[in-house]
This record gives sequence, C-alpha cells and structure tokens, in this order.
Amino acid sequence: MSEEQQIDGGRRDMLLIATGMMGAVGVGAVAWPFIDQMQPDASALALATIEIDISSLEPGMEMTAKWRGKPVFVRNRTPEEVEAAKAVALADLKDPIARNANLAADAPADDANRGAGEGRESLIVQLGVCTHLGCVPLGQAGEFGGWFCPCHGSHYDTAGRIRKGPAPENLPVPPVTFLSDTQIRIG
Amino acid sequence: MISKLKALAAAIVMGLSVSGAAQAAGDYPINKPRHVDWTFAGPFGHYDEQQLQRGLKVYKEVCSSCHAISRVAFRTLADLGYSEEQIKALAAEYTVMDGPNADGEMFERPAIPSDRWPAPYANKEAAQAANNGAYPPDFSLLAKARAVERGFPWFVFDIFTMYAELGPDYIYSLMTGYTDEIPEHYADQIAEGTYFNPYFKGGPALAMPNILSDDLISYDDGTPATVDQMAQDVAAFMMWAAEPKLEERKETGFRVMVFLAVFAGMVYLLKRRVFASVAH
Amino acid sequence: MSGHSTYQPTSGLGKWFDARMPLPRLVHDSFVSYPVPRNLNYAYTFGGILSIMLIVQIATGIVLAMHYAANTAVAFSSVEHIMRDVNWGWMIRYMHMNGASFFFIAVYLHIGRGLYYGSYKAPRELLWILGCIIFLLMMATAFMGYVLPWGQMSFWGATVITGFFTAFPVIGDWLQTLLLGGFAVDNPTLNRFFSLHYLLPFMILGVVILHVWALHVTGQTNPTGIEVKHKTDTLPFTPFATVKDAFAMLLFLLVFAYFIFYMPNYLGHPDNYIEADPLKTPAHIVPEWYFLPFYAILRAITFNIGPIDSKLGGVLAMFGAVLVLFVVPWLDTSKVRSAAYRPWYKMFFWLFVVNALFLGWLGSRPAEGWYIPAMQLSTLYYFAFFLVIMPLLGLFETPRRLPNSITEAVLEKTKSKGGAAPAAMPAE
Repeated sequence: MSEEQQIDGGRRDMLLIATGMMGAVGVGAVAWPFIDQMQPDASALALATIEIDISSLEPGMEMTAKWRGKPVFVRNRTPEEVEAAKAVALADLKDPIARNANLAADAPADDANRGAGEGRESLIVQLGVCTHLGCVPLGQAGEFGGWFCPCHGSHYDTAGRIRKGPAPENLPVPPVTFLSDTQIRIG
Repeated sequence: MISKLKALAAAIVMGLSVSGAAQAAGDYPINKPRHVDWTFAGPFGHYDEQQLQRGLKVYKEVCSSCHAISRVAFRTLADLGYSEEQIKALAAEYTVMDGPNADGEMFERPAIPSDRWPAPYANKEAAQAANNGAYPPDFSLLAKARAVERGFPWFVFDIFTMYAELGPDYIYSLMTGYTDEIPEHYADQIAEGTYFNPYFKGGPALAMPNILSDDLISYDDGTPATVDQMAQDVAAFMMWAAEPKLEERKETGFRVMVFLAVFAGMVYLLKRRVFASVAH
Repeated sequence: MSGHSTYQPTSGLGKWFDARMPLPRLVHDSFVSYPVPRNLNYAYTFGGILSIMLIVQIATGIVLAMHYAANTAVAFSSVEHIMRDVNWGWMIRYMHMNGASFFFIAVYLHIGRGLYYGSYKAPRELLWILGCIIFLLMMATAFMGYVLPWGQMSFWGATVITGFFTAFPVIGDWLQTLLLGGFAVDNPTLNRFFSLHYLLPFMILGVVILHVWALHVTGQTNPTGIEVKHKTDTLPFTPFATVKDAFAMLLFLLVFAYFIFYMPNYLGHPDNYIEADPLKTPAHIVPEWYFLPFYAILRAITFNIGPIDSKLGGVLAMFGAVLVLFVVPWLDTSKVRSAAYRPWYKMFFWLFVVNALFLGWLGSRPAEGWYIPAMQLSTLYYFAFFLVIMPLLGLFETPRRLPNSITEAVLEKTKSKGGAAPAAMPAE
C-alpha cells in the first residue's frame, strides 16, 4: 500500500468517525421528544396547584380534595385528637421524621410539625395515600383512632403518623400556603 | 430526457392555467384574499406580542359576544407576554360552570388560568338560535380551517415561497372586505339578513354584518384602531390561537434543517470517498 | 443470492451465538456482504427510504396513540390536546401527518422506478406482487388513519369511501353496514378504524420482511436490466449501498423536515380542522392527495357499461387501477428489461407519469365541465398503458443494443464521460 493511500484511508476513518458521531447525536436528539412526551403535559401541570375553601370545616370534620389526581385529607381535629397526638413520645414512632414538605427534610414528627402551623394546630393537611403501596386509608379508624389502610393493615394515629403495619413512612404533608384564614393553596 | 420532460411540463402548465382561469369565474370567493406581511411568515417567523395583545382586545371587546374560542386555555396567554397575575385577573372576569359540590349541585365560579375560555352560548343550537340560524364559528382553529384554494400553478410556487398564511390572509380580507357597492351581477343573490362580501368563500354574502369601524375600541398601546389595523391584529391573534406552537416549530425546524444538511454533506463526502476507487 | 455465507465470527461470544441462533450471520449476509450491482443509481435508494418511513410512522403512531382517544365525543379534542398541551405533541403529530404523505411520495417513486427499469420481470414477479400487497395495505392504513382526527374530511371521506361498497349488487348495503358497524359513520366506525389502523402497519412490516427476503433471493435489478453474471458486476452492500442509501435518506428527510416544520398543513385539507358534523357536507370532498388519481378514475365512469351501472363501473375501475399492477409481470411481453434500451417504452412511460400527475390534479377538481372528458381520456390512457401498450410494445419495439454485462456498461459509461477509466475492480 502506498503512502498516499494510507493517508487517504486515515482521512476516511476520521470522516467515518465524525459522521458516526453526528448520527448518534441525531438519534439522541430525535429520541428526546419521544421520551419527553410521556411527561405530564401542560394541562396536567396547570392543575398542579389547587385552592380550597376550608371555612365550613368545623372541629371533627374532614374534607377530601383532589390534587394531582390524588386525595388530600384536610381535617380539623377535635381537641382530644390533638391531645392524643401530642402525648405520643417521639421514640414510640415508627417513622420519626415529619414528612412535611413545608419543613426541613429532617424535621421531627412531633404533632406541631405535622399540623398546619402556629395557631392552626388542630388543622392537618396530608395526602390520603398510604405510604405502603398507595391505597387510600379510611378515616377515624384503626387502633390509634387516626387512619387505617384496609389494603394491608397500616394504622396511622391522629397526626397521620404510621404506628403499626407495613407502611414505612408517615402520610406526607403537601406544600400548603394559607392565602387567608379560610383559603388554602396546595402545591 | 430532462429537456423533453421540461417541454411536457411547460405545455401542461400553459394548458391548465388557461383553462383554470376560465373555470374560476363562477366560483367563490369573488376576490382572492389579499396578502398581509405577517411577522409570523417565513422560516424565522415569530408572533408580535404587542399585536397579539391588541388582537386579544379586539376579540374580547368585539368578537367574543358571538364567537367562542373554547380550545384556548387562559394559562396559554403567557405566550402573549402577560404575567401570571394579569392572566388570573383576566380569567376571573369570566365565570365557568363547575361541580357538583358537596350538595350535588352545579355551581358557577370565576375562571382560573387552567380553565379554557367559556363560550358565549351554551351550545351550537343556542348560538344558531341567537344568530338567525347561522352558527358563528369557534375561533380556536379558524385560521387553519379557512383557506381559499390557490389553484395551479400557484400551489407549486407556494412550496418554494413557504406561503402558509392562507388562513390569516383570508380572515383579514374578509374583515376589511365589506362594501356597499354590490356588482349588478350579484345584487339579486343577496338573501335577507346577509351582507355582501366579495372575499367570503361560501357565496356572495354572509350572515355576519360589517362589525368593525374605525376607533371602535381603543388600544392600550396607543396604536390607532383603524379597521385595517384591527382586522390584522385579530387575524394574527386567531393564527396564534390555532397554532400556538408556531414559533417553537420554526425554531426547531431551523436546527433540524441545519443538522440534516451538515450530516448529509458529511455522508456525501464519505460516499464520494467510498466510490472513488470503483467505477459505477 | 450468493451461495454460501462469508460470515466468520471472530469473538468467542460471536461463535457461541452463531452456533445457537445465527442472527448476526443473517444480518451480515443481508446487509454487509450482500452483493449489489455496481451501477445502481439513486432511483434504487427508495427501498431504504421507505423502510425509514415505515419506522417513522410506527414510532410516531405508537406515541400518538398514548394521547389519542378513539371516541367521537373526544377524538377531535384529543388531537387538539396533542397539538397544544402534550410535550412535543405538535411535532410528533405533524411528523405522522406529513409522514403519510412522504411515505406515498417514496412509494410512488419506488413503483415508478420498478416500472421504468422493468424490475417486475421474471424472476422477480413474486417480489413485485408482495410490493403491490404492501401498497394496498398502505392505502387501507392511510385511509383509516385519516378518519381518526374526526374532522369534516375525515368523516365525509369515510362516508364516501365506505359508500364504494354499496355499489356491489345484492350484498353491497349489507357490506357497508358491516364495515361501519351502523347505518352511518359513527362511534363504532371510529373505534374499529383505530384498532385496524394500529394493526395494519405491523402487517405491512411483515410483508416488507417477505419483500426483502424475496429481493435477497433474486438480487436487485439495475439500470441496464442485465442480470449479474460475474463477481465484478457487484459491490458489497456495505459500505457501497449503505452510504449511498444513507445520503439519499438524509436528502429525503431534509425535504420531509421542510414540510413538517415550515409547511405542516400544506398537504392536508383545511376542512379537517373543523370537527366532524354528520349533518353538513363540505362543499368539495377531496381525498388526500395520494388518492387523487384513483379518485379521478372513480369519477371518470359516468356512463353505464352493459349491465354494470356507472356507480359500480367507477368503483370497479378504481379498484382495477390498483389491481392491474398485480399482473404487470405478465402484461409486459418485452424481452428487454430496462427502459434505457427501449426507446418507445421510455416515451410511453413518461407519458404515463405525466398522465398520472394530471389525473391527480383532475381528482382535486369538481366533476363538471371539461374535467369529465379529461378524466375519461386520462383514465383510458392509464389502462391502455398496462393493457394495450405493454403487451404490444414487446412485440413491435426494436430495443437498442444491450451491453454484454454490467461491468461493460459501467466501463462504457465511464469512458464516454471522458474520465480516467479506472480499471481497478472493487477491492473484494
């Protein structure tokens, strides 16, 4: 093989590699829209926040709203329920973390950190989705008077904390903003 | 062979254009739409936010009492340069039906950004009943649903000139096309309750009267509200409503075309090299 | 075509695989070492382009089906939801919509190449017939796909096309009702069309595999129409055909992208942006452009032929226009394959192309005035080309002198171009 042919061969290889890379970039660029289309669309994202009116929520009453396709429990707890929740020692909890999106990720799961904040201790807003495998727990049921998930027998207390059963975590508290005393925004 | 083909093509072009002209005489619209120099035309076309805001105002204050635009959600008005607060305030001007509530009743509430634009009539039948039997079409897709046939050979040239604004041109021409000077030939074809317009594609006259008049509304940006201006603005707004992703489309398109051209160039060089040593 | 495989696995894993399921060997023999005639021109790249288009349509279609809802109440809105809300939905939908058109552009060029170079002649009759079956399946798929957006043209196109079947005596009405699942195009129709529109592309894929299989048994034709006689007549598929196909594909995709991004609605009908209304027919009903020549043939038959009334006659002529392709291998009596050596056939072929384009344009015109006799004349030539010209020309035409081999033809061409005649044969 002459020297000239060798150079030629080398150039072809460079071109081949560059073209191959170009092709790979093209395939990647085409693949992205086909993956991205599976993500929530604009109309679903627009519903990522909801506003609810809690003015009619008397102590002992609960309402359920739908947020991102999942139930949100908003409960105005009775003083007895709050007392019962406050009386639990952190050491007795299966999950000692508050799981409250409005607080630091390692905030302890005491009752104040589970509720809706200063002056609104009786109010609790949490996702009604069992942290085990996603069923909706029943209210005012179970061994601790809070919530009970019938699917696999997880018991939550009156502050929505897991006390018994297979669920690993407390019911999560979504991001909540009080627009006024009676109007809250979730998300 | 190529020259033979060209000669054939030329003969056909001539034959067809002559006969095409003769045939078009009886068809509607009487006049072909006039062309507007739209900002969204061409490979780098983009919407003019100010124009869309003006068009929205025309729609809101003039058209919306009869025409719905029900596929457009308030949230998408961010495309027009409005802030979230402005969109919320605009949405709240409208009421939408929601429910059922805890008592099982449907209720009305102010619209929120995720809602779509409520229609002026409850349904198509109600719209017809209120408008002498003529249904005022929904604006959401009208700029893509209205086009006047271009005819041979124009439809061939359109590929190369990238002419894709038939809809807004039609709407603009229709809005500015009303005239009292009705040619004799059509005078006796104007039905009761319809209005002559030589740009209407469905016949010599349509059920919508000439709504626009100079200074009918006042623009927030101080642009003089002439009929011509309002017609252009509302047509641009309708184009946005029908094709909200136009800018994204053209921007992506430019990148794709450049990529493909470079890639094709490289493959061509590779191909030349591969075939350089063999006769083929 | 070539007798035995040249595949030699080098790695241990390659050998292990080859002994158990020789898939890499199949790929190697079909797309790497497979010999192709050395004189293939760009007209032979549409097969590759078509396979890319099939992949594009299946990929975009699967994605669209994730967001589309086949119910008359929401179908139109779900398409608008894709266009407005779904991430990249507008692009994927425009790709699918224009992809159908570009699929047909490529298939017509592919069929045209076959007719020009006589690719259908023995021993490739079965290859040709498989291609015709693919074409028929494509037409069915495209028609049903066009119904799904549930616009005015979707609805009325479906009404008219299923109306074809009422032309058949005795069973006609029963057949139409069976197809529609009701007495008019409605929800059951939309639902079954969606189901079939999803199924048929995979049937196309299956027939494409048979088509490629048959191709690899007989080998490709080439512009001279002379069979491969010697090893010097061919080049290995890779890199020669691969790189040429890739270049042609990219050029095709460039034009495709131009339409997707700059003229996405040019090939569609504006009326399909109006939701279907069963009580109101649009002023002109026209099918998509790729059906227009056949639509013109349908409407050309305005007269009764003996016991066949004009309606049935039109439908039969239209179906016949597609079915006649199946028997082309037996209609052409010429001993010479390629039009390059058939001066008369070449002329009639180009006239056929122009006539087909003219028929397409006529298909978009209303059936009135001088258009009707023009349609009739064009239809006459369409059928005469296959049924009269093809059989007779083979008997009367004097073909030009054929080269002795592909290699000779190539060398002659290179010499006449004045280029330095590279005597070098391919390295292999």
